[in-house]
Amino acid sequence: MTTDVHQLDDGAWISVNDSREVNVSDLWLLARSDFCGCETTDFLAEGFVKVGVDYPDIQARIAGQCISCGESGVTDWLTVGRVVDPDSGEFHGVVHESVHFPEKRTRLASPEE
Amino acid sequence: MPSKVEGWKDEVYGNEIREHLMEFAEKGWESIPEDEQDAWFERFKWWGLYHQRSGQESYFMMRIGTPNGVIKPGQLEVIGEVAKEYASGPAQNPEFGDAYCDWTTRQSIQLHWIKLEDIPEIFDKLEAVGLGTQQACGDSWRNIVGCPVAGKDKHEHVDAWPVAEDLHETFKGNDDYANLPRKWKVAIAGCDEGCGQGDINDLAFEPAEKNGELGFNVRIGGGLSRKEPRLARDLDVWVPPEQAADVAGGMSALFRDHGDREDRFNARIKFLMDEWGPEKMRSVLQEEYVDFELETAGEDMRDQYSYNTGSQDGHNDHVGIHEQKDGNYYVGLNVLVGRMGADDVLELAELADEYGSGEVRLTQRQNIIVTDVPEENLDEFTSEPLLENYSPDPSPFMRGSIACTGTEYCSLSIVETKNRQVRYARWLKDNVELPEDHKDFHIHLSGCTASCAQPQIADVSLRGMKTRKDGEPVEALDIGLGGGLGDDPRFADWVEMRVPADEVPGAIKNLVNNFKDAREDGETFRDFVEDRDEETLAEMVEPEETDYDDPYMHNTKMTWYPYAEDDDMQSSPAPTNGAGEPLTSDD
Ligand code: HEM
Ligand code: SF4
Ligand SMILES: [Zn+2]
Repeated sequence: MTTDVHQLDDGAWISVNDSREVNVSDLWLLARSDFCGCETTDFLAEGFVKVGVDYPDIQARIAGQCISCGESGVTDWLTVGRVVDPDSGEFHGVVHESVHFPEKRTRLASPEE
Repeated sequence: MPSKVEGWKDEVYGNEIREHLMEFAEKGWESIPEDEQDAWFERFKWWGLYHQRSGQESYFMMRIGTPNGVIKPGQLEVIGEVAKEYASGPAQNPEFGDAYCDWTTRQSIQLHWIKLEDIPEIFDKLEAVGLGTQQACGDSWRNIVGCPVAGKDKHEHVDAWPVAEDLHETFKGNDDYANLPRKWKVAIAGCDEGCGQGDINDLAFEPAEKNGELGFNVRIGGGLSRKEPRLARDLDVWVPPEQAADVAGGMSALFRDHGDREDRFNARIKFLMDEWGPEKMRSVLQEEYVDFELETAGEDMRDQYSYNTGSQDGHNDHVGIHEQKDGNYYVGLNVLVGRMGADDVLELAELADEYGSGEVRLTQRQNIIVTDVPEENLDEFTSEPLLENYSPDPSPFMRGSIACTGTEYCSLSIVETKNRQVRYARWLKDNVELPEDHKDFHIHLSGCTASCAQPQIADVSLRGMKTRKDGEPVEALDIGLGGGLGDDPRFADWVEMRVPADEVPGAIKNLVNNFKDAREDGETFRDFVEDRDEETLAEMVEPEETDYDDPYMHNTKMTWYPYAEDDDMQSSPAPTNGAGEPLTSDD
């Protein structure tokens, strides 16, 4: 099946194949990001602005804030999980508490909701 | 490219959603195909149903839109009965039990834990007494707000209630305006107190005089959501009451046609106002959307506004006992954070019948007003035991508290809100002394930047955040100061960020004490804040742990229900069937 991804309720959560998968309010540790001056950005996700697919990865740009320094804005593309079984569309979220590396660009990201 | 949601709306939207909703309800939760759930839940909003957050699947928040907050005789009883019978979930709230009504900041009613299967019965009961959920959420005309004592108040110049009712009747279920790019919020008031809160609505009608005739000036583009608060801007248009619906229809058609349907984040009319400015907005309205010559603005009454001004005299809210123009009284009761148990609602319905006309009204400060009480009934009414909890003369901290839904049910939330604000208010009442000349002190808590609790227009604004305490993530709040409405409305300055939630009461205590020490004689809190820069104010806040205890410091959003004994997401009973029994998922 094709992978269907969108953000809903004003960016409150990401739907992957019609299942509520990734939610706002979690903290993500971002390394080597330009988001703020901190070595590791302690990022509070407040809203999913854009979502996309770089198969099998599901990616998002997230609005939020670094809770160490207070810088707020929108992240570069972050992998939030992957579709592990293309037939069932089964999705596994990444462990957001571990360290992530935002990317400048993603190949197949669709910029729409 | 139109957004995903726009695509769904093109397929089915507006009134026609109802027959699908009824069919799903008849057949049960499992009849909604999994791959259509997102689309249907987006559409159900139009009929006032909002799917609750993760961990609470198959349960809905139901919003009943009561224009201008008016609940007519006989309706409150039905609202209480519906809440009691249908608004109980699988777990209880430790402050409020189960089955309660939330009176909202837009004079509506919210019920939680509503099951799809019960909706046809609930609609029957509500509609039998003239209540409804149509367009209470979704991309359309929302509940119309206004001065909650319209038609009763001595300060009134134009009776805005018939106009509000006419707008409600004209634009509810009207297919021409059913599918807008985003929500459309309208406020109308005819009094000189400013309690319509027009400045934070998409479209506002405010009392004004032109050529000796009373009518309304029009403002456009207010709103608080995201970190983009806007005050509505003067359109330089005056309308007589009988043309209000034409201008309102024209404006909402303009929004329908010109609002952004590609990016929902940019869709509200405040962003179109940013882009166009009031002159272009006015000329497009004139040229394309009304067929008569618009008058320029009349003389408004804004310099008399007292509502939520922090002025400490006049009419900062509607709590208390006030004489109506017909010689009867209205009694404004304080409902802490707007939540009232179903049994209390039923009891209040009886009291309103016994002592008043049976009518009650909701305010934009989450309170309830019993109207039409004859003077000779006042003593007996106010000695009723129910009024100990819903007082017409509460502590300023109880009276000034507003809180949104938060992590209890809301997908967008960052922190717990209502129960926390209840605990804050109680602690502040017992531990903090305002200056004697301060009877009004508004503290609004919103669980995220959507700002449903309208934090930016409070004396103390609280907004959900996170921080770390001893390395562990905890719920926190940004603190803003000095917001309010009036002739010269002002959004709060955010002065102290990411304060751990258990240090906020201490911060407010220190702030109030510093204010008392440093203020000039008679200086109001709002003026005090306006006269100082952010740094000076930040120093006055001083977050501090006290004996206030906060049971919600952990990440309450990661639970299926923050107050459940076993709150682990994996332990959620949801989704459940019509009888509330857990359904096992097959994937
Ligand atoms: C996508 C998620 C949501 C967003 C972006 C959102 C945004 C807003 C905004 C911006 C307001 C009014 C403030 C203003 O415009 O001036 C509002 C009103 C309100 N919202 Fe939400 N909201 C969301 C979800 C919810 C949910 C899920 C609930 C409850 C379960 C909720 C409860 C309320 C309440 C109580 C009000 C006052 C409402 C009224 O009377 O119409 N919100 N919302
Ligand atoms: S302010 Fe945020 S947390 Fe509170 S009800 Fe609105 S969307 Fe939910
Ligand atoms: Zn940082």
